[in-house]
Amino acid sequence: MAHVAMKSGEVPRYDANERLTHWIVAILFVLLTASGLAFFHPAFWFLSGLLGGGVWSRILHPFLGVAMFAFFAVMAVRYWQDNVIKAYDRAWQKRLSDVINNRDDGLPEIDKYNIGQKQLFWTMIVTMILLLVSGIMLWRPYFAGAFPIPLIRIAGFVHAVSAFVLILGIVVHIYSAIFWVRGSMRAMTRGTVSHAWAMHHHPLWYRRVTGQGHHTTHHPAAHATAPSAAHQAAHSAPHSSK
Amino acid sequence: MPSLQSLDVQKRSATTTMSPSVRGADPAVAKLIDISKCIGCKACQVACMQWNDLRDEIGVNVGVLDNPGDLTPYSWTVMRFSEISKPDGNLEWLIRKDGCMHCEDPGCLKACPAPGAIVKYANGIVDFISENCIGCGYCIAGCPFNVPRISKTDNKAYKCSLCSDRVKVGLEPACVKTCPTGAIMFGSKVDMIRRGEKRTNDLKERGFQNAGLYDPKGVGGTHVMYVLQHADKPELYHGLPLDPKISPWVTLWKGITKPLMALGLGIAVLGAFFHYITRGPKEVEDSSNKGG
Repeated sequence: MAHVAMKSGEVPRYDANERLTHWIVAILFVLLTASGLAFFHPAFWFLSGLLGGGVWSRILHPFLGVAMFAFFAVMAVRYWQDNVIKAYDRAWQKRLSDVINNRDDGLPEIDKYNIGQKQLFWTMIVTMILLLVSGIMLWRPYFAGAFPIPLIRIAGFVHAVSAFVLILGIVVHIYSAIFWVRGSMRAMTRGTVSHAWAMHHHPLWYRRVTGQGHHTTHHPAAHATAPSAAHQAAHSAPHSSK
Repeated sequence: MPSLQSLDVQKRSATTTMSPSVRGADPAVAKLIDISKCIGCKACQVACMQWNDLRDEIGVNVGVLDNPGDLTPYSWTVMRFSEISKPDGNLEWLIRKDGCMHCEDPGCLKACPAPGAIVKYANGIVDFISENCIGCGYCIAGCPFNVPRISKTDNKAYKCSLCSDRVKVGLEPACVKTCPTGAIMFGSKVDMIRRGEKRTNDLKERGFQNAGLYDPKGVGGTHVMYVLQHADKPELYHGLPLDPKISPWVTLWKGITKPLMALGLGIAVLGAFFHYITRGPKEVEDSSNKGG
């Protein structure tokens, strides 16, 4: 997807279909988390009200779960190649404490996703599969009756632990995207990020999609006219923020 | 079945605070089923249907005398007939009245996620409060005796209530009332243990060396107990478990996992907030797309 056309000052990151899929999964995740936590611990029972009470939560939760798995599967197919962990990701990870403390100077250059995002991706793959399989075993009145009770007990435990891990991962995901790494949210709402954001957080990806070779001086792309936008972007990169 | 305010509630499902317990504790009750006296007449099944207004579907002959062939949402007790070949070549017919054992530590209640859908009264009776039931079937996973059944009609779980409504007003359970041989007895648990032990001794004198009282400690004892001729081999009685316990998977799932994970989630959310407060956001200069 190199040399993509882009509006002035923006680098496209997710097209409309990608955003739609993501938000369908996200909405399903919220509904599933609310109803699932309600079953998990009495402290969260009030969340069962979101889907209309305990019985409705029990009825809807599995259907929503299958839907989330299906839409997530589309994302998994779409993004798995971008989430293969590379040597530079490991190098980046060695500086995790710097990343956490917002000392981003001289971080190893990484591609479309950092290793935290990649690990979340694979965690989601594993937990979603475990949730689907164990969820089907627990699913009343349709499927649970077909499984031996000892297996259903294991499924209950596996379902709870997988959900816990997934929710933890999504807490980090939501925090990073909305609050921590500024400029990220726009990628999933409008589909684009700024040149500066792309260059700073994902330089290898930035060059890949803009066809940009190496660091150059900054040319604000704001004055680029529409027909030459792609060309302009391909030859300009904002300086990094450091 | 019904929520009986006049019986003190000791435990409620999915409830982390104390249950209403201001009244003086009722003495623990128990039903004692003396299998050596049972003739398999099924009068108890009929009495159960009659008192609880339950009518099961007309079933089919499953090749043995068990009728219906299993516990159902409408049949809260079923006579289980086991034909045993003894070493001396003779046959022995063991007939066990199956149904809820009313565990002191009920696995169904532990597993249930719906607040107050399963309660244990101070007298030991474990009752399903059906209007709170959400039909998830976790009680089935929790039960070490495979007792609860979910109705295909209303998706609620059902099982023997030990006639909690009768016991409340000082009556014995319907099955006890009707049993023609006196094989089913009801009273305080202490009395029933005493009776069971006396009967066990009688049986031993009459050649059943392994006779014993079935009051399994793995679930804290039960409020339905059996006198078994072969207490060393309860599995002979249609698979009555030797040492029933709440499965360790259920204990994990419904025990330590719950507070630990709830805490974990709380720490994660708080951690994110504190990170924001102490470290702040990563902002990239010249970004026209500030914030989310």
